[in-house]
Amino acid sequence: MTAPTAGSTTATAQRLLADLPPSPAVWCEGLRKRYGRRTAVDGVSFTVGRGEVLGLLGPNGAGKTSVIKMLLGLVRPDAGEVLLLGRPARDPQSRARVGYLPELFRYQPWLSAAEVLTLHVRLSGAAVPASEQRDVLGLVGLGERAGDRVGGFSKGMQQRLGLAVALVARPELVVLDEPTSALDPLGRVDVRDLVLSLKERGVAVLLNSHLIGEVERVCDRVVILDRGRVAAAGTLAELLGSRELRLRLDGVDARAEARLAATGRLTRSGNWFTVTLAEDEESAVPALVADLVALGVGVHAVEPGRISLEERLLAVLREGSGAPS
Amino acid sequence: MSAVRTVLTLAGLTLREAARRKVLRSLAVLTVLLLALSAWGFSRLDAEFGGLTSGEARLAASTVLNLVMFGFSLIAALGTAFLAGPTLSGEVESGTALAMLARPVRRSTVLVGKWLGLVAFGGAFVTLAGLAQFVVVQVTVGYWPPQPVTGLALLAAQTAVLLTLGLLLSTVISPMASGVVAVGLFGATWIAGVVGGIGDALGNEGVARVGAVSRMLLPTDGLWRGAMNAFQDPSLLTQFAPELGGSPFFSEAPLTVTYLGWAVLWVVVVLGLAGLAFSRRDL
Repeated sequence: MTAPTAGSTTATAQRLLADLPPSPAVWCEGLRKRYGRRTAVDGVSFTVGRGEVLGLLGPNGAGKTSVIKMLLGLVRPDAGEVLLLGRPARDPQSRARVGYLPELFRYQPWLSAAEVLTLHVRLSGAAVPASEQRDVLGLVGLGERAGDRVGGFSKGMQQRLGLAVALVARPELVVLDEPTSALDPLGRVDVRDLVLSLKERGVAVLLNSHLIGEVERVCDRVVILDRGRVAAAGTLAELLGSRELRLRLDGVDARAEARLAATGRLTRSGNWFTVTLAEDEESAVPALVADLVALGVGVHAVEPGRISLEERLLAVLREGSGAPS
Repeated sequence: MSAVRTVLTLAGLTLREAARRKVLRSLAVLTVLLLALSAWGFSRLDAEFGGLTSGEARLAASTVLNLVMFGFSLIAALGTAFLAGPTLSGEVESGTALAMLARPVRRSTVLVGKWLGLVAFGGAFVTLAGLAQFVVVQVTVGYWPPQPVTGLALLAAQTAVLLTLGLLLSTVISPMASGVVAVGLFGATWIAGVVGGIGDALGNEGVARVGAVSRMLLPTDGLWRGAMNAFQDPSLLTQFAPELGGSPFFSEAPLTVTYLGWAVLWVVVVLGLAGLAFSRRDL
């Protein structure tokens, strides 16, 4: 390191600025929207960090799509503020690095798949060479159909095209509203892999999906909406809390049962024993199994399990519907 | 800079839509049909009424030319109004607009781009079909309109006025309805113009005012009358003016600059309203 000179002051300042944590991909606060007398969204706030995958869950009519449309300037909020990638959402340029797959997706039927991508690249203002656009079509499995008119595409193929549209302009934030609604099981796996590869590249993803399993596999954090409000939010670990361990054993005597009970709350049904583990106690599993074997217990199966997101979601929604709103 | 690019991109997209959605093909078929029919008609006109004086022949050619040009303006009106409707509300209804408007573009810019594409399409159609018709009339009866450029420009302006109205309507009502309403208003203004013309001929001010007021509310009929004036033989005015007053295919005076200014202002205001309505809409 050389001693700082007058000339390097600017460089230092720039480095300091660059070292600042980047503004979140999405920041919204107090979003509110009424349609006539019905309040669709009522004070929703959340943040999606850079490179983070956030899942938006909730029953039909919870306001998920309305929230997404307000983030993207498609619906005017009655109140609340939105920042996209550090810019106020009122400024269209805030969406320059945002890709979006709408729930109701449809693309110009008289254009070819490649032409739809070119159109979106031009509208986004990015300079993406044709070869890169073709690669994106290949990524969603439409490489062979680049020159075909969209009008002849099946619903599933149009949704794949929609994914390509969302990805083509080198986004830093991708918003996917029910991205697998028209896809077969293979397509769903593709979408999951796609989201994971986006996460690897540091692209933030906001995922709205009914498929809880999908959300559970790819999301870092989850926001649960119910009747226009945030009913629960947090990382998966925070939301799901405790994990459990299921074991199929025989020859369990009192000592073995005491050993099991020492690890966590124990329940038994026939040969199956279920031990509830605290959050950071997974490391206790090998020792427990070794001890059980040493005690002469026959260990047939050891299955780690956790309270599923589905169970947690249902619990949150039932709690919510019990309380007066 | 980026706004200009967006406008041009959308204008190009609209033209491509017109070309690929068979609008162009059906327009071309209709136009060729009308051209062929008019060629046949004009040649019969010459054959059957060989004994007409040159003045009468000019009157006949000029009136029939205006009649045929009205046919073209009707085709252009129908074509652009039914293109302008689906282009906005249809895209909003189907969801096509969602992905596009989530790009870094202003909605008003998108609207202006679509408008420009439609104006280019309507203008090009009117110019090409009109020129072809002039050639047909020249070949069959030897008549060439006195101010072809002005006339075609006014016809193109009439198309632009109607499609601007179609765009405004399509920001607030459904695609089909906006086309129907735009064409309906176009027809109503034309009829009001004819009624006003009869009023003029009869010297009835109240009836004449119907035409004048409707021409201010929707400038299509006023521009059409200006176009007719540019197509017809100027000597007719002095020779046959009394007999022709009130004929829907005869125009007594060219347009005033004030009226042209009003038409331009009308388009700007209606397009502005359309932009405002579209920007405030929840998609």
